[in-house]
Amino acid sequence: MIEGTVIKVSGPVVSAEGMAGSKMYDVTKVGELGLIGEIVRLDGDVAIIQVYEDTSGLRVGEKALCLEQPLLLELGPGLLSSIFDGTQRRLTDIADSHGDFIIRGVTTDALPRGRKWEFVPAVEEGAEVVEGDIIGEVAETHHISHKIMVPPGKGGRVAEIKEGEFRVDETVCVLEDGTEIKLMQTWPARVPRPVKRKENPNIPFITGTRILDTFFPIAQGGYSIIPGGFGTGKTVTEQTLAKWADADIVIYVGCGERGNEMTEVLAEFPSLIDPKTGVPLMQRTILVANTSNMPVAAREASIYTGITLAEYYRDMGYNVAMMADSTSRWGEALREVSGRLEEMPGEEGYPAYLATRLADFYERCGRAVCLGSDDRIGSITAIGAVSPPGGDFSEPMTQNSLRITGAFWALDTSLAHRRHFPAISWLKSYTLYMDQIKEWYARNVAEDWKELRDKAMSLLQKEVELQEIVQLVGPDALPDFAKAVLETTRILREDFLQQFAFSDVDAFCSLRKQYLMLKAILTYYAGLEEALVAGVPLRQATEHPIKNEIARMKEIPSEEAEERIGDLIQRIRTELRSLGEW
Amino acid sequence: MPTEKTSLATLEYQTIGEVAGPLLFVSRVRGCAYGEMVEVRSVDGSIKYGQVIEIAGELAVVQVFGPTAGLDVKRTKVRFSGEVAKMPCSINLLGRILNGMGQPRDGGPEIFPEEEREIIGSPINPWSRDEPRDFIQTGISAIDGLNTLVRGQKLPIFSGAGLPGNELAALIVKNAKILGGEEFAIVFGAMGITRREASFFQESFARSGALERVVFFLNLADDPTVERLLTPRCALTVAEYLAFEHDMQVLVILTDMTNYCEALREISTAREEVPGRRGYPGYMYTDLATIYERAGRIKGKRGSVTQIPILSMPDDDITHPIPDLTGYITEGQIVLSRQLHRRGIFPPIDVLPCLSRLMNLGIGEGRTRADHRGVADQLYAYYAEGVDLRRLVAIVGEEALTDTDRLTLKFADAFEQNFLDQKEENRELEQTLEIGWNLISMMPRETVKRIKTEYIDMYYNPAKAEDVTTAGGN
Repeated sequence: MIEGTVIKVSGPVVSAEGMAGSKMYDVTKVGELGLIGEIVRLDGDVAIIQVYEDTSGLRVGEKALCLEQPLLLELGPGLLSSIFDGTQRRLTDIADSHGDFIIRGVTTDALPRGRKWEFVPAVEEGAEVVEGDIIGEVAETHHISHKIMVPPGKGGRVAEIKEGEFRVDETVCVLEDGTEIKLMQTWPARVPRPVKRKENPNIPFITGTRILDTFFPIAQGGYSIIPGGFGTGKTVTEQTLAKWADADIVIYVGCGERGNEMTEVLAEFPSLIDPKTGVPLMQRTILVANTSNMPVAAREASIYTGITLAEYYRDMGYNVAMMADSTSRWGEALREVSGRLEEMPGEEGYPAYLATRLADFYERCGRAVCLGSDDRIGSITAIGAVSPPGGDFSEPMTQNSLRITGAFWALDTSLAHRRHFPAISWLKSYTLYMDQIKEWYARNVAEDWKELRDKAMSLLQKEVELQEIVQLVGPDALPDFAKAVLETTRILREDFLQQFAFSDVDAFCSLRKQYLMLKAILTYYAGLEEALVAGVPLRQATEHPIKNEIARMKEIPSEEAEERIGDLIQRIRTELRSLGEW
Repeated sequence: MPTEKTSLATLEYQTIGEVAGPLLFVSRVRGCAYGEMVEVRSVDGSIKYGQVIEIAGELAVVQVFGPTAGLDVKRTKVRFSGEVAKMPCSINLLGRILNGMGQPRDGGPEIFPEEEREIIGSPINPWSRDEPRDFIQTGISAIDGLNTLVRGQKLPIFSGAGLPGNELAALIVKNAKILGGEEFAIVFGAMGITRREASFFQESFARSGALERVVFFLNLADDPTVERLLTPRCALTVAEYLAFEHDMQVLVILTDMTNYCEALREISTAREEVPGRRGYPGYMYTDLATIYERAGRIKGKRGSVTQIPILSMPDDDITHPIPDLTGYITEGQIVLSRQLHRRGIFPPIDVLPCLSRLMNLGIGEGRTRADHRGVADQLYAYYAEGVDLRRLVAIVGEEALTDTDRLTLKFADAFEQNFLDQKEENRELEQTLEIGWNLISMMPRETVKRIKTEYIDMYYNPAKAEDVTTAGGN
């Protein structure tokens, strides 16, 4: 360990001299309180440290202790259903030992040391193992089997393997070269965990949200951003995805956001039951909470903590979803620290390396063949909220994210104002994964899925053009065929795109139900057109009560959708047709 | 406020190298702490307070609370207290008027603190927070009905020059009650407001009999700008103390946050920091968060801190950095509209950009009423459409509209006149919902899509629509 002396304090940035020998990103304990920080710049024997805690009361002359290792995370059983801060301190333990407020200089073990886990070996003595191989399992929750893996860079013949109950820091396996494998391993947060190779993402990441699954789907291992001004529903969308998205593990990073939002997640998730496994959602979730009033440098670290946890579970072969709310706050933390370091500012004061850092982060996602001889596949899907100042998407965070991510779910303030939720704009959003996953949809949902989706999209596009005309001449001046389009798109908007995140039935909509709903609406449109051709006045056609049934489709549970919406589609056809004959 | 303490640092220095704006650069300082409070004694013997905002080697940068006029380089003395800023907390603060730094300015007796607390505060552990979910009735339909306030929430009022943001806040203080009837203690932090505004609040508290429940922090427009940086923190330290030590329900009103942000910008410029948007420092988000996030409830404690900050949107621009960053931190916002104000509607709340993020936790069966959410959504949907149609009518005239559209237009007018405009009336929630249903009943039943059928059956009544359409004519 290297001991130096504090010579300068400026907010979260502290300089210390006498630090020769320390390395970039080494963890350093600063001052009498032992505030945790990381070295972000070296200048001769002066180290510049970004401190993860408030530095009030710190004096020049106090000591700085470099631990000569980077920020290491503890990875092992006991991570699930935990809540950590940005540097993986266990918030539950801090509350137990230090009360309701987070005081400074507190350290905790990330994984509970007292608890024993039942270890079931999967290899025998004398077996040859390589990095990433699974040597045994621990049942971490009812549903998630925690694979104990040979850490990256290690391997050889198994000299000893144990069985029974162990604590996380106890050795369960010894290799012939003397390497001891424990239930727990450590890994530096800023270094990506290695994989064999990245795979093409061609399986959709199912969210149960209609506008996303039907119009702008992403693939497992893909990444998308949700930008939007305040009050447009970023957090609600992130939380809805965390609840219902099709993933084995969910990492929810509350980065520089509200404390009460984390409380909401903490209060709600344990009581929500995962429909696939029947156990509380909390059992598949890890929360990383660095709220906006917690130290800014730790906020910068929280994103890396989150993605490293995600990588660890991906390495076991799980599909992991990571929600980052909000990446803008992470960018601002970068900007703040950069400003204190007196670096030359780039656009809007953000450091010039913003784009590189963002790319580094998003590229840690993906669908990959993991290390290990069984070629298992795991994935990390990341959804990053972006909070552009003033709701203006031309700012650096949104633009830099756009250059990297594969899908863009733009939130629209005017939709939010009229309480159209999710307020995702169908005109501005896009996805680049369509080509890769359309075959999956054709095979697993319906052959004509893509066709219907495109048809609905073109109607919505048409609506915009027609609305412009309406703005000039009024709705009465439109021909009936155009009015039929407007009638259909209104139904599309109100009865398909709008989805109430807090409803029991509607919060999650199965792909099959989405398809059927869309089909019903488009059948209705086809019926209107037919009726018009047959000379039926539009008014008569649109006043048919079947329209009200379409409006209530949302309330049909997914299990009954096949039968009830299927029947509705038949009736739409026959009843609208009967108008023409009449 | 700095107390006598002998330590290495309690030394007087006469080594000021430079005075720039509100900043003093003191050299050859040993062992002073970041954030430490200092006393600055000028030649004429007057004392000002300040705070260390940067230390580099033996150079300390001190930010002075007050004008630096009269300070010189040679003879001014700087005395380091050895302590960071603290606020004496006591239940006896209720009913007192303090200055922006927490010292009495009402000529009353000295305050004997039960406890001294660092004003910087510590973040509440997210794990220890309790969910805010108790409905606070404010008596204002636009808030209770559409943007419900709950205990432990932070809900700012976005006002503008000449808009009645303060009047609205005073009305909320007067009427606010929790189901169960417990009264609020009020901590009032005034930053850079005028004497007229200050006396408006004092009179209004006196009238409603709230005065002995108020802790008044008063930094007037002509008081030192930099002092404003301490005011909200002192106020919130007291609020936390009352809430979590004395089990009180505390309502914190902070006005005007725009003045606070201006002070922040002033200091940042004086320090020659890289400016962010419109010259405000890049860390303004973090700084505001350390104020706004000090609201909430804690598991196992009876008390709560609810915040209503008021800010003026410069030029009514909601995308200005101050309202923008505030909106990103707070749990919603109440936005006032100049157009409604001109038409004499009080409170002139423009409901479309308003939001209460915690509303869903505080309403519904067992809290307010089961149909509350649906009614709010439906009113929003109709009103938003009505406002859109107004624009259309301006171009194409009313004749070109369909019947439903004409009805929606009428709805928008009736909504503003019956629901929003309530003057000083204190409405019970039942009343608010009843007016809401009367308005909804104006519209054809099949267009009511946001409310569950069972509630429509229960409350939808076209006969009642007359109440709002006829009254709307005056």
